Amino acid sequence: MKYGRLMAAGLAMGLAVAALPAGAADKLKLGTEGAFPPFNYIDASGNLAGFDIDIGVELCKRMEVECELVAQDWDGIIPGLLAKKYDFIIASMFITDERKKQVSFTDPYYAAAMTHVAPKGAGITDFSAEGMAGKVIGAQSGTTQAAFIEKVYPDADIRLYGTQDEANLDMANGRLDLMVGDVIPSVDWVSKTDDGACCEIVGEPITDREFVGDGTGIAVRKEDNALRENLNKALAEILADGTYKKINDKYFTINVYTMKAE
Amino acid sequence: MDFEGIILTYWPKFLEGTLVTLQLTFFGVTIAALLSPPLAMLRLKGPRAVQIPLRIYVSFVRGTPMLAQLFLIYYGSGQFRPLLQEVGLWGFFREPYNCALLTFALNSTAYQIEIIRGGLMGVPHGEIEAADGIGMSTWTKYRRVILPHTYRIAWPALGNEIILLMKASALASVVTVFDLMGQTRLIFSKTFDLSAYAWAALIYLIITTVFVTLWRISERTISPQIFASKRKDRAVIAGMRG
Repeated sequence: MKYGRLMAAGLAMGLAVAALPAGAADKLKLGTEGAFPPFNYIDASGNLAGFDIDIGVELCKRMEVECELVAQDWDGIIPGLLAKKYDFIIASMFITDERKKQVSFTDPYYAAAMTHVAPKGAGITDFSAEGMAGKVIGAQSGTTQAAFIEKVYPDADIRLYGTQDEANLDMANGRLDLMVGDVIPSVDWVSKTDDGACCEIVGEPITDREFVGDGTGIAVRKEDNALRENLNKALAEILADGTYKKINDKYFTINVYTMKAE
Repeated sequence: MDFEGIILTYWPKFLEGTLVTLQLTFFGVTIAALLSPPLAMLRLKGPRAVQIPLRIYVSFVRGTPMLAQLFLIYYGSGQFRPLLQEVGLWGFFREPYNCALLTFALNSTAYQIEIIRGGLMGVPHGEIEAADGIGMSTWTKYRRVILPHTYRIAWPALGNEIILLMKASALASVVTVFDLMGQTRLIFSKTFDLSAYAWAALIYLIITTVFVTLWRISERTISPQIFASKRKDRAVIAGMRG
């Protein structure tokens, strides 16, 4: 019995020590995907880069914490946060009710909208469920776009990809009749890349709150409310003092915070 | 959602995926089973000009990850679309299911060639000489002596190969095929509940268990002498003890 109690005490101490770094965090881990240009991607020298990364690094600076960047596949990005592989996700994640069941979000750091992409001259005009029946439509799996296709085009032949890059590649290869993606990366892809030259943006932007939620936010674990508030404070700061605009202008010609041209 | 909740809600999806997995495996294995015996014979006795490409094919397939082969066929074929369209093959390669099936068939053929080759080499010379001695034609000799014995030798390894292919077919999910793994990933991305993967593992395990049982029964049917002699041995040993 004596040993039992000793062991229990030892175990408790061990747990307390293990819990310390999370509590007294002066070093945080930032989780992102790294396959979603221009928001987050791996650059030529193998480092994570992009709008999300720049914003994240700037927020860490404002919070006076050291941040380590962690790349994680999209499918496992929320489970990874819950498993404490990193402390917050800044990966162009839309704030949706479905995700709010698992994690908390900061205020949005940019506005959310999705769009359709089709091969040039395909002449797709009927965006009703009937019009899309039998069409091959692609999106990245586990995204709001995938949820959108499944719900709105139930009779389409749905193809889901691990990354947006793979979906883009199959679009360029001519396997898809239509793709649904985030507005900015889609515009970026069709206008700036060789592969994307095959295709064009079609139809109206999708801004239905049911699918795009309340904008794009930073996800934290539900219990980490202090971190969420610190991130919100830092975000308000960089929005107010022009740092956000500087980062925005580095990547985009429109203001992504409002999705409007300035 | 809890462990049972996942299967109660999503069982039609799991079932759909399981059928696709079984289908992919069945067609892949069958195509390979039809192609591999003649190719194995060529690999053993064919002219050098045939043996060398066969050897290269087998070592390429065995020496590279199946995922790499699948990506090469799936995304690679996309790069050659104009050419494939010209020869009328794009319709085939456009479908991810076909690309996955082609990869699995090519893969399993290579492995089955090696398994059948091993079986052919394992047939005792005496049997072949005896067949020659009583004047069997080559065709009769293969049909009545060599091939039956080859398959008895190769049977357990073939069963193993089928199981390996069934499990490897989960790779089809990365090229958008909704096989059991694909459906599971979809369910997981909606629920973030790891029990989806636990159910998938359980279903794969059930498929394998049923298959192994059936395969063992078939083994007894085609090689009754082995099991009969084992029983006799046991009876003899039991008798000695008694």
